[in-house]
Amino acid sequence: MQVTMTVNGNEVTATIEPRLLLVHFIRDHLLLRGTHWGCDTSNCGTCVLWMDGEPVKSCTVLAAMANGREIRTVEDLERGGVLDPVQQGFIEEHGLQCGFCTPGMMMTARWLLDHNPDPSEEEIREAISGQICRCTGYKNIVSAIRWAAEHPSTTEVNA
Amino acid sequence: MDNALALLERHGSESRIIAGGHSLLPMMKLRLARPEVLIDINDLGDLSYVRRDGDELCLGAMARHRDLLNSHEAGTLFPILHDAERVIADPIVRNRGTVGGSICQADPSEDLSAVFAALRATAVIGSSKGTRKVAMDDFHIGPYSTAVGPAEMLLEVRIPVQHGSGSAYEKVERRAGDWAIAAAGAALRVEGGSVSYAGIGLAAVGAEHFRCARAEASLLGQRASEESFSEAARLVSESVNPVADQRGPEDYKRHLAGELTLRALRRAAARAEGQGG
Ligand SMILES: Cc1cc2nc3c(=O)[nH]c(=O)nc-3n(C[C@H](O)[C@H](O)[C@H](O)COP(=O)(O)OP(=O)(O)OC[C@H]3O[C@@H](n4cnc5c(N)ncnc54)[C@H](O)[C@@H]3O)c2cc1C
Ligand code: FES
Ligand code: FES
Repeated sequence: MQVTMTVNGNEVTATIEPRLLLVHFIRDHLLLRGTHWGCDTSNCGTCVLWMDGEPVKSCTVLAAMANGREIRTVEDLERGGVLDPVQQGFIEEHGLQCGFCTPGMMMTARWLLDHNPDPSEEEIREAISGQICRCTGYKNIVSAIRWAAEHPSTTEVNA
Repeated sequence: MDNALALLERHGSESRIIAGGHSLLPMMKLRLARPEVLIDINDLGDLSYVRRDGDELCLGAMARHRDLLNSHEAGTLFPILHDAERVIADPIVRNRGTVGGSICQADPSEDLSAVFAALRATAVIGSSKGTRKVAMDDFHIGPYSTAVGPAEMLLEVRIPVQHGSGSAYEKVERRAGDWAIAAAGAALRVEGGSVSYAGIGLAAVGAEHFRCARAEASLLGQRASEESFSEAARLVSESVNPVADQRGPEDYKRHLAGELTLRALRRAAARAEGQGG
């Protein structure tokens, strides 16, 4: 079957098997390998990307269900060589070790800050509660997101 | 909508509706479901409402868990809805999972099934021939089995609004976002000091139709008190049929079902009082 969707602002059309999952379409057809694939059971959250402006677990969405929709992946966080404050925050606060969970964490973090620019630690922990990190113990992830909240504009990052 | 219903009629039991897909896709991955045709109803945006219609709160089948949680009206009328939604899966899953998918999946651990049982909700089911209403008791036929026929789909859930009532939901899970080890919901209406309506919904403990009719009956006409609540909780513990699994042994779940009922009743009563009923 044929699907057409917008991925990071670009329209893409492809012929796919109906059973293909969105995460595999993004990784293996579009070669956008920033979105990771972990548990395949909608538990770990490393596959989180945005569909029509909302974070979803792409291992539990068929590529066919994304037909006509807008997808945003972690590759779109950096714009014109400038990191998103969330990415900068993960650097500043050492928010990752192996980096496996990081793309999903950052996509959720960006969405959270877009809707709640000054989240409390509790709100951050709730927002990422469907995502698993086996390295950091979460503390630095929370600090990274707080850092991004405190440095909302990239100009400020560079200053 | 007509298109979806026509497709259902054409493909019958070969086909499955896919809503959020957060129960169906996992089942397909495990080969527990092998539909030939999937009918995606995510474009039926006019089924995603949460709104009051006279003396009922109506939830469209495509209302996502997130929509319920974001609805101030739903949380005010039925605090049990927000109590439950806060502990159903995680925020990202809640962005996809729907009201319709939850109750059509009919998993014995589904939290909304217990909530709707406690609130005596009604399901509205549609087909190309028209619509029909089914009470929650008749909706769930058994585990993973509902009254929705192969050429039908669930359109909405309607919950009767009762003035002066209160409700609450209590769940124990192994970790954030997990299914319940056991969960209990209570809805109470208290008039002139005595209970005039009692609904007790239970998830994950093998309660028939997700409720406990014996415990509900024991409360009617009684004072809303620690004694009557403890008796209802005792009856719940006695009546449920949990099975031992990786979430815990049978006696633990039985104990939890009673204890959570007691806590839910206390909070429901406090909230009913707040309503001045
Ligand atoms: C990681 C994870 C954790 C979860 N934790 C919980 C939890 O703690 N508590 C809980 O209650 N649930 C939990 N869930 C389940 C989640 O709430 C359900 O997946 C979801 O609500 C089902 O809705 P859906 O829209 O995804 O259904 P789908 O997967 O799309 O559909 C489920 C079934 O319902 C049928 N169906 C869907 N809509 C209709 C309709 N309108 N008419 C007729 N049939 C229909 C489908 O054909 C299918 O058989 C969890 C799920 C995941 C993935
Ligand atoms: S791979 Fe999707 S949640 Fe783990
Ligand atoms: S950094 Fe390794 S899993 Fe999170």
